[in-house]
Amino acid sequence: MLDQALSQKLRQIVGENYYRDDREALVAHSYDGTPMLQSLPDGVIYPDNTQQVAEIIKHLAEHRVPVVTRGSGTNLSGGTVPVHGGVVMVMHRMNRILDIDLQNLTATVQPGILTGDFITHIESLGLFYPPDPSSMRISTIGGNIAECSGGLRGLKYGTTKDYVIGLEAVLASGEIIRTGGKLMKDVAGYDLTKLLVGSEGTLAVITEATLKLVPPPKSKKTMIAMYKDLYGAARTVSRIIEAKMIPATLEFMDNPTIRVVDDYAKLGLKRDMDAILLIEQDGDPEAVERDIERIREICESEKADQIEVAKNQEHAEKLLTARRSAFTALARLRPTTILEDATVPRSQIAEMVLRINEIAQKYNVTIATFGHAGDGNLHPTATTDARDADEIHRVELAFEEIFEAAIELGGTITGEHGVGMVKAPYLEWKIGKTGIEIMRGIKQAFDPHNLLNPGKMFANESRKRVVLNRA
Amino acid sequence: MAKSLHLKLDYDQLTNCMRCGFCLPACPTYRETGVEPESPRGRIALMKAVADGIMDPDLAFQKQMNHCLGCRACEPVCPADVKYGQLIEQARDAIEDHANHSVSVNGIRKLVFQGIFPHRKRLKWLGRSLFFYQKSGLRKVVRGSGVMRLFPQHLSEMERILPEATARGVVERLGTFYPAKGETIARVAFFRGCIMDVLFSETNVNTVKLLSEAGFEVVIPNEQACCGALHAHSGEMELAKQLARTNLKVFKEAGVEYIVSNAGGCGALLVEYDHLLREDPEYHELAKWFASRVIDVSLLVLEHGRIPEFAQANTDSSEPLTITYQDSCHLRNVMKSSSAPRQLMRQVANVRFIEMKESDRCCGSAGIYNVTQPQMSGQLLEHKMEHANRTGAKYLLSSNPGCLLQMKLGIHRSGVSEQMEAKHVVDFLYERIVETPQPSDGTT
Repeated sequence: MLDQALSQKLRQIVGENYYRDDREALVAHSYDGTPMLQSLPDGVIYPDNTQQVAEIIKHLAEHRVPVVTRGSGTNLSGGTVPVHGGVVMVMHRMNRILDIDLQNLTATVQPGILTGDFITHIESLGLFYPPDPSSMRISTIGGNIAECSGGLRGLKYGTTKDYVIGLEAVLASGEIIRTGGKLMKDVAGYDLTKLLVGSEGTLAVITEATLKLVPPPKSKKTMIAMYKDLYGAARTVSRIIEAKMIPATLEFMDNPTIRVVDDYAKLGLKRDMDAILLIEQDGDPEAVERDIERIREICESEKADQIEVAKNQEHAEKLLTARRSAFTALARLRPTTILEDATVPRSQIAEMVLRINEIAQKYNVTIATFGHAGDGNLHPTATTDARDADEIHRVELAFEEIFEAAIELGGTITGEHGVGMVKAPYLEWKIGKTGIEIMRGIKQAFDPHNLLNPGKMFANESRKRVVLNRA
Repeated sequence: MAKSLHLKLDYDQLTNCMRCGFCLPACPTYRETGVEPESPRGRIALMKAVADGIMDPDLAFQKQMNHCLGCRACEPVCPADVKYGQLIEQARDAIEDHANHSVSVNGIRKLVFQGIFPHRKRLKWLGRSLFFYQKSGLRKVVRGSGVMRLFPQHLSEMERILPEATARGVVERLGTFYPAKGETIARVAFFRGCIMDVLFSETNVNTVKLLSEAGFEVVIPNEQACCGALHAHSGEMELAKQLARTNLKVFKEAGVEYIVSNAGGCGALLVEYDHLLREDPEYHELAKWFASRVIDVSLLVLEHGRIPEFAQANTDSSEPLTITYQDSCHLRNVMKSSSAPRQLMRQVANVRFIEMKESDRCCGSAGIYNVTQPQMSGQLLEHKMEHANRTGAKYLLSSNPGCLLQMKLGIHRSGVSEQMEAKHVVDFLYERIVETPQPSDGTT
């Protein structure tokens, strides 16, 4: 519980209804989308504007109380779990679109707006904002920026960082800074905009963002290819890129995923397939036709067992169902679903999938893999039960080895979920000791008292996940 | 209470929730408030916290459990298939075991749940009294006296929009058997409901006649009991089970292929009798038999019946009749029937069906929610009517008595009674049936 005077002050800033420290509010803000993590904050606050955020942060800093900023809490790396207690700051009330500039093709928004709502609005104006994390119907733009979210369109269009061109943020001291702006070119000093994107709430609280918009593609075509040989699928991915084509979407499912999806969605998939690729191209109709035709030829020459090109929108939806069902099908197998995001150079996909399967076998755990083949971003997904301590331990060991394998193959420990708490013990594997030192230095410069989302990104000793034992 | 929550909550289901947050946009109370505890994920976290002993089931917890509409829109969007509806009922059941209601609330609960709904005769008496009140001039006196001003506004408004009650339900009007028109496709039993039979007995009669037109012979067992949905949703689980057992016996004796419901709220519990009685060794098998036969009238007619020909009543007008539809949450989310009523409505001649925005979202009626939680209910209804009014529909159709009353209330409140009318889908369809001529081979 916070000091009486401080909580009184916080209530004054936001109003009686928007600071809560009752048990209900604390429990409901003790978790996010990450399995098995939970920790109670001391209070929950809902600011309405930047000035309030600045004042809140000033008072919290004076009392050295940590603050965890969050949107809908859909993230999967424990990034918004208040492990050090303190105040959870929910940004939902700051959800306005402040400006849409059709001459510069930019949108300026508050962080609490739901990404899906934002995209719907932008599309109604005939424009396009490409980052499309799977959680976009509920996740917020602020959360997407903090975690630098990816999505299915990442390969061709890039991820959140490629669309944030200006920010307003509140520093740990309570001061307000502005970075970038409605500018396509800007090299005035270090790029603080890019630094804040993906900083997971550890450097500043983002209170406003200016986003780049682009014209939407004119048409889209969908196809699916199934392979008995994993390497055939992997080579297809490499050869498409080699042929200088960048599909809008290039998704992958391995054999364990295919089986589970077929059990669940009854799509009549061939269960002896080692891999399925789902490919979409968008752009000018003629270019799309040409690309899809060439991709089909590549699939054929790599001995795809079956290839289907969607004849119309309805057929395309049917082909997409397999990939879309993957998460749901896996989530229903066992009570606890741990979805990771190990990423490798796309030329190493086949190797990585084989390594994952070997590791799963070694530790006697179930791990199915699907993901974004085009950008090498794989989602090895363990289906397990949080109550089975022994199995959970084996799952943890397996993932440790999977991250190790990813690094070995020239990849990374996280492609789109962020480091948070879950990957913190492995960050050094990726960036090295010097890398950690320089990052700690940056953190120190922004937040000398370690009050902004402490316990994230940089690990102490522990490699274990915090498991809440049933009382 | 913590102990009985610990006992009653299904810990497997609590563990199944992986907190992905996909349920949040589907939840009406979360959408209205934007506050995590008002979401399915939040409520499950609170239940789990109580079961884990890190939170007391305090007053705020109880209030939060009661603030859920129970619309179950979160279930179809849940990747992990968490049975949220069952969890919320278990939580409410445990809360009711220890509830410390005031004497008056206790009295009313006892009267409603034990005194009226389980007893057919008393329901009829209620219908008769209400009819007397509405017809005798007493209503005029009451309204004139201003005594309704003593009640909260939402109750006095409710009194105004209540349809004419009757003690003459479907059995009194049609008997317990009604033959099929033409060749019999199947023998079905009709579940008449409580509110439906008192306030919408015309709809019940029309349902039976529509079934007959579609080729079904209809049995209406007079001994059938209330479905128990209101009890189950309000934490009176034992009473709900007792009612279910009565229904199982009665309908089994009827020897039918289908058990037809015309109220989404009742149908949703009927279709889950197997779950309700899962721990009852004597009745569980029978409950499975029963549950697998329950079907909504629209779906039965559409998929198994001979669909009658529907013509528009007023054929003089060339302007098509505009209609729209409010889903019954339980029909949509639990009985999984959202397209059947729409497909039937579209078959009526010269009709323009306009889908209203968010027709799949709860209207705020939710059993007795509009009485117990008037503020949230009113907010939801206001949004609903904005969407409904934008369609310009002459008829606002639905498939559940609670939703229908709420729609009537909404139409009254938004002052469009001249332009719009709320109706049950069955009534709309039956009024437009082109009657089948008697078949020439003499079968009746």
